[in-house]
Amino acid sequence: MNEIFDIVRTSLEVSGLSLIIAGVIGIPLGVIVGLSRFRGRKWLIALVNTGMGLPPVLVGLVVVMMMGRSGPLGFLGLLYSRTAMVIAQTIIALPLVTAFTIAGIQKIDPELIRQTVSLGATRLQFFRIIIQEARLTILVALMAGFGSIISEVGAVMMVGGNIRGETTVLTTGILQSTRMGMFNQALILGGVLLAISFIVNLALTLIQQKRTDHY
Amino acid sequence: MKSITYYLLLTILLPALISCGTNVDNKEIILATTTSVQDSGLLDVLTDAFRKETGYKIKAIAVGSGEAMALARRGEADVLLVHSPKDEETFMQEGFGKSRATFMYNYFVIVGPPDDPAGCSQTASAKEAFARIAEKQANFISRGDNSGTHKKETALWKETSASPKGKWYIQAGVGMGQTLLIAGEKKAYTLSDKGTYLAFSAEGGKSKLALKIVRDGVPDLKNNYSVIVLNPDKFPKINPAPARRSWVNLAGAQAFADFLVSPATLKLISEYGRDKYGEPLFYLMGK
Repeated sequence: MNEIFDIVRTSLEVSGLSLIIAGVIGIPLGVIVGLSRFRGRKWLIALVNTGMGLPPVLVGLVVVMMMGRSGPLGFLGLLYSRTAMVIAQTIIALPLVTAFTIAGIQKIDPELIRQTVSLGATRLQFFRIIIQEARLTILVALMAGFGSIISEVGAVMMVGGNIRGETTVLTTGILQSTRMGMFNQALILGGVLLAISFIVNLALTLIQQKRTDHY
Repeated sequence: MKSITYYLLLTILLPALISCGTNVDNKEIILATTTSVQDSGLLDVLTDAFRKETGYKIKAIAVGSGEAMALARRGEADVLLVHSPKDEETFMQEGFGKSRATFMYNYFVIVGPPDDPAGCSQTASAKEAFARIAEKQANFISRGDNSGTHKKETALWKETSASPKGKWYIQAGVGMGQTLLIAGEKKAYTLSDKGTYLAFSAEGGKSKLALKIVRDGVPDLKNNYSVIVLNPDKFPKINPAPARRSWVNLAGAQAFADFLVSPATLKLISEYGRDKYGEPLFYLMGK
């Protein structure tokens, strides 16, 4: 039981931190790309959209090659650690968060943007209003990002190494239990995974729907 | 715009900050190992005991023997626990290993459908059993993943001079447990290490396989496990790394190899699995 608790904690820490980092980078990036007009913007958006389908195993492979002892970042000694898992999962979640944010920003009424600017809002105020307006989509962005990384097995397996008590997360734990013929334990972990997904999504949905209830 | 730049910087720095806490530590060694040792549960028993005795923490990466040696060739491991004798010899000849000790063994088993259509149970060796499977073109599932078990299977086919080709020969490319499940579903034969087979067919387990052992205990199914300490001179430090001359943690790797062949550990190994399966899963060399 203790072991399951450990696995759940590792999963939440790794995927939670990855989502936070992906959000902190992806949301501002999405706002900037969504609002501005520059050469090659369509190409960039197409690229980000492609990134939504980034296969986790491919991300895992690249991170392994970069962070392995023989790789360019090998001196950090980070392969087979939670940090490496966070890096891989951030790369997986980032395009999702960014792409959804871009889509949300583009739906905002241009009139509102013009008014906000003409009323003399500071950069920070402007940013806040934009986020407020695109709140629904940005929360969808976070849910999509979290859903993709909490259920992802390819990258965490490769860069984390599924080390017992250290880098085993729910998905790699399911794989390991299955490999050992312990189907019951695998199912328990699967149930826990679904429960966590539900709780996190419920929380995000509550935040998302909070104000719209008044309408 | 200033705040965005700040956030961007923060997120780039954050992983670096975390990494300070998890810096390379001489009390940590990376063990690349075959899956059968982990899947049978023995590895956990060994690493726990090793940690208690020496304080070394083992990061065990369970992959096939072939992949474990490939990792080691790139210097991604300190010590290996593998079962692929031919490849191990090549590995040593190439100078990647500093020392190698074969310290335990068990037997592969040939498992197949309970009615044994190829009649493997009447054979006196694995070679003969394989020849019969090929002759009858009975379904056979191959691991197909360069693991120690796959290497053993390939070697056995070579001995029979029957070429495993055709619709009956299925290359799965997955781990042992899954291969067994596929064999059960497809009424096929396969070669398995005994530990994984026992774990998957355990009484009361939800995963009861429609398979039985059709051939085991014959000399050509012997399965030797070795521990290999990596040669640090092969992996000189190319990047600025902490305190160590080489990437390889020789002291830790050597401590683990010594631990494995110590009398107390050998006793632990020879008794492992007896309470659960009524027989040990691994035997000591020379016994």
